[in-house]
Amino acid sequence: MIPALILRDARRAYTGGGATLVVAFFLLVTTLFPFAIGPDTALLARVGGGVIWAAALLAALLPVERLVGPDLDAGVLDQLAVRGVSMAATAAAKMVAHWLAFAPPLMLATIVAAALLDLPVATLMTVEAGLAIGTPGLAALAVATGALVAGLRGAGAIAGLVMLPLAIPLLIFGAGAIEGGPSALKLLAAVSLMLAAGAPFVAGAAIRAGMD
Amino acid sequence: MTALRFEQVAGARGGRALFADVSFDLAPGDAALVSGPNGVGKSTLVRIAAGLLAGAAGAVTRVGDVALLTEAHALDPERRLGEALGFWVGNHRALPALDALGLGEMADAPVRILSTGQRRRAAIARILASDASIWLLDEPANGLDTGAVEVVETLIAGHRAAGGIALVATHQPITMIGATSIALGGRP
Repeated sequence: MIPALILRDARRAYTGGGATLVVAFFLLVTTLFPFAIGPDTALLARVGGGVIWAAALLAALLPVERLVGPDLDAGVLDQLAVRGVSMAATAAAKMVAHWLAFAPPLMLATIVAAALLDLPVATLMTVEAGLAIGTPGLAALAVATGALVAGLRGAGAIAGLVMLPLAIPLLIFGAGAIEGGPSALKLLAAVSLMLAAGAPFVAGAAIRAGMD
Repeated sequence: MTALRFEQVAGARGGRALFADVSFDLAPGDAALVSGPNGVGKSTLVRIAAGLLAGAAGAVTRVGDVALLTEAHALDPERRLGEALGFWVGNHRALPALDALGLGEMADAPVRILSTGQRRRAAIARILASDASIWLLDEPANGLDTGAVEVVETLIAGHRAAGGIALVATHQPITMIGATSIALGGRP
C-alpha cells in the first residue's frame, strides 16, 4: 500500500500541475531579485545562493495545504487506517511523494535561476548539493505542517506561520554552505535527517487527532 | 474466526456524549442494524467499530479485517473510476466489483463526472472487492435508487451467507433478515 500511495501522490502532483506551479513560483521569486537589487552582477552572485534557498523554502511551502487536508476530507486516510496502515507510515509516504514532486524539478530549475543570478559554477554546485541534502527536511516539514493545519479554516496562511520559523535552521545551514563549505553541509544534513526522522511521527499524531 | 463485540460502549464527539451502554455480539453470518435520527451517533458508532475512534467507555472486540463505507468515497476525482478503485483493491478485482454494482461501463470515466449515487455505488464496490470479513456500512442507501438499494441488500445477504459480519447504520429502510436492531436516540 505504501509504494502505491507514494506513486499516487507523486503522480497527482505532476499531472495536477502542482509540480509545475512550484517550479514556476520558484523561478518567479528568483527573477524578482535582480529587478529589486539591480544589475550589480557581483552583488547578485554573492547573495544569489541565499536567494535560491529562500525561494526554495517558499516554493516547498506552496502545496502544503494540499498535502494532507484533501485526503482527510475525502476519507482516504480513514480507508488507509482500516487497512492497518499507520498514520506515521502514511505521513512518511507523503513526505517521499512530496520530495519526488518538488525537489528534482526545483534542482533543475536552480540551474536556470543560477544563470539569472549570474552565479559562479562552483557556487551552483554547492547550492545543488545543499538542496539535495536539505530538501528531504523541507518535505518532512511541509507534510508535518500540512497534517497540523488539515481541517483548519485558513490552513494555507497558518501553514506559513507554522512552517517558516521551523525551516530557519535549514535556511541558515543551506545558504551558509556557500561560504561555510562542508561543515555547514554536515550541519544541514543533521537538521534534514532529524526532520525526516521525526516528522512522520508528529504528522501521524496530528492526522490521528484530525480524524477524531 | 470473525467477531465484532461491543460491551457497554459509550460514544462522544467533541466532548458531547452521544450514546452509552451499547452492547452486542456479532458472530459469523450475523448483522446489526443501527438506526436513529440524525446526529444521534450512528456514524460515531461505526467509526468506533472500525477502530478509528476510541469509545468514551466500554470495550470493543474486533476479530477479522474491516471494510468501511463512510460518507466520503475516497476515490481520486481526476482518475478513471477503474484506476481509482484499483488503487484500493487491485485492478483485477475492481472491474468485477464495478460490474456487480452496475458501473462496469463507467470504469473508464473520470470519477469527477459521476453522480452522487454512482460514487456511492463505487464505494460499495470497494467493500465488495475487499477480502474483509467485517463490513461496516454507514448510510449505504444514501443517494441510491430503489434498484441499487436492493442490490446492496443482496450483497449484504451474500456476505453474511459466506460467514461475514455486517454492521449497517442507516436512517433509511434497508432489509436485513434476522439482524440485531440497535436503536440510538435517547440521550445517555
